[in-house]
Amino acid sequence: MMDRIAGLGRLGIAIIASFGRSGQFLFGVLAGVPRPATGFPLLVKQLYAVGVLSLAIVVVSGLFIGMVLGLQGYTILSDYGSESAIGQMIALTLVRELGPVVTALLFAGRAGSALTAEIGLMKATEQLSSMEMMGVDPLRRVVAPRLWAGFLAMPVLAMIFSVVGIWGGMLVGVEWLGVFEGSFWGNMQSSVDFVDDVLNGFIKSVVFGFVCAWIAVYQGYDCVPTSAGISSATTKTVVYSSLAVLGLDFVLTAVMFGDF
Amino acid sequence: MAQRSTEIIVGLFMIAGLAALMFLALQVSGLSPKSAEQTYTLYANFNDTGGLTPRGKVSMAGVTVGTIESITLDRDTFQARVTMSIHAEVDNIPADSAAVIRTSGLLGEQYIDISIGGDLESLNAGDTFYSTQSAMNLERLISNFASGR
Amino acid sequence: MESSAYITLRDVVFSRSGRRIFDGISLDIPKGKVTAIMGPSGTGKTTLLRLIGGQLRPDSGQVSVAGHDVPRLKRKALYQLREKMGMLFQSGALFTDLSVYENVAFPLRVHTSLPEDMIRDIVLMKLEAVGLRGARELMPSELSGGMTRRVALARSIALDPELIMYDEPFAGQDPIAMGVLVKLIRDLNSSMGLTSVLVSHDVPESLSICHYACIIADGKVIGEGTPEELRAHPSERVQQFLEGQPDGPVPFHYPSGDAAADFGVGGRSS
Repeated sequence: MMDRIAGLGRLGIAIIASFGRSGQFLFGVLAGVPRPATGFPLLVKQLYAVGVLSLAIVVVSGLFIGMVLGLQGYTILSDYGSESAIGQMIALTLVRELGPVVTALLFAGRAGSALTAEIGLMKATEQLSSMEMMGVDPLRRVVAPRLWAGFLAMPVLAMIFSVVGIWGGMLVGVEWLGVFEGSFWGNMQSSVDFVDDVLNGFIKSVVFGFVCAWIAVYQGYDCVPTSAGISSATTKTVVYSSLAVLGLDFVLTAVMFGDF
Repeated sequence: MAQRSTEIIVGLFMIAGLAALMFLALQVSGLSPKSAEQTYTLYANFNDTGGLTPRGKVSMAGVTVGTIESITLDRDTFQARVTMSIHAEVDNIPADSAAVIRTSGLLGEQYIDISIGGDLESLNAGDTFYSTQSAMNLERLISNFASGR
Repeated sequence: MESSAYITLRDVVFSRSGRRIFDGISLDIPKGKVTAIMGPSGTGKTTLLRLIGGQLRPDSGQVSVAGHDVPRLKRKALYQLREKMGMLFQSGALFTDLSVYENVAFPLRVHTSLPEDMIRDIVLMKLEAVGLRGARELMPSELSGGMTRRVALARSIALDPELIMYDEPFAGQDPIAMGVLVKLIRDLNSSMGLTSVLVSHDVPESLSICHYACIIADGKVIGEGTPEELRAHPSERVQQFLEGQPDGPVPFHYPSGDAAADFGVGGRSS
């Protein structure tokens, strides 16, 4: 009995310690002001790896999700004879929820796991240590550009996801099922508000981007430098990022769209 | 150079993101650059605003001429006081016009329709509509009808 | 010792995850000489290098390099000190996303603002010194193990350090690669006047190039001196390590319980 309580205590201490370490780690990464001359090319390289290479999966998923929303929405709304509200439904769903959330989940799977594995492998092959011994801080040289790239790329990807999704929904709704194009856009424009919907969705994607990138680089940096350690860190990145995104989505939605 | 082409691709990526944001702003949320144009303020007092909400539209003859800024309760008269901002180019609303709360469709959202009067003088910024017509309350209408009053 | 000490360790105690790795170790590493630190695997030889490089902090005791008290240095001063140190890691630790040329150029680009053509000259000189000028366009994945270490060596001397530390440079190398590395380490030491610290358990190679050697085991220095002094060392443990005898003061068997009980021969029947 006492053993179990002690075990629970150990677990609690371990969890809090890991939060503390990741916070300290974040501080270490962000504390150094990068020199623009060296920092900028590194950031561009990471933006390419994290953002541009995730573009394909984001565009394809966005297109399909928009098309599915178009089909499903049409079936339900046509029961009430209000198919023309389909534009409004697709746009609100994508801009408020699916855009930021699905992009963040895809991002965690595509870019986050790659970041963790890359940093973990650099740790395992002593590249981080050797950098340290060369008088270069790996937190600033390796981790910081990746963190910033994730932070910057995620909102861009989420915006593109929403736009492609709306386009896919229009393809199905207007071109295929024959909803009048004017009412498709008109209904959308009268119900979607820039500040309340688009900007709040944007803020969500910024928060998700930051959290996903943070989890990914921290898991990579903190992993046990063996092949088993890297694989478990990669899994943790995807699981923790997904859980954090869904949990934070609830909190943010409640704060942004809940009336209290 | 490889570095240069990476930079160009990343630049295009950022531009695509900005373009997407512009699209969401202009085409999806209908935020038009014109919305920053000059407006002036008019007021109207209603006994019952029903489901009128801020950001709702104000129209004349079906054409949108402004938006509802805010709806507050007048503590002295217990009436709702609606603040509207009207586009500046519509500066000749006759002074005896009435503000009417209407519903688009049977169950759609409510908006203010200005039914045009015949006065030669027009309303100026800060004026209040002389006559108003409150929201049609379907429930009250039915209960009135049912009780025969 | 004829020359002054470059690195001094005094009563260093270090333990990790409850296990005491160093138990009051004291060591002087002379300037401009090759010092070999030898010992069985798992005695914390790499840890010792990390203590010297300031990547780890001892629980107590003093580590000083070139007059600086390493564990108490501020971050910035520590990074400045590390610019004077080179370290050759066991795996080479080349940056896998950069070519051989860029790997060697990396410390120069980070720490100096030299023009590109000077960086090019220095990089080619360093690569020439390790005999790999022709391999500059290759990626690290295309190199053999021995070449990887030579490139890593070129990279660690790119900034002309005062101290270079080799972590198991001979482990897992074929005889030719080993011979090349032995020659390189000796040449670099004599031509550049580097202080070299060599961590290894390859006894003949290490003793053939070092001026001074010490053997650590169980968190303590068990023998030190010149190669000749060590070969004539009275301690049985030193002799066992140098000769590579399977049994001696360090037993063949890992400490275990009674064999009879484990095999189920004696006591309980099942």
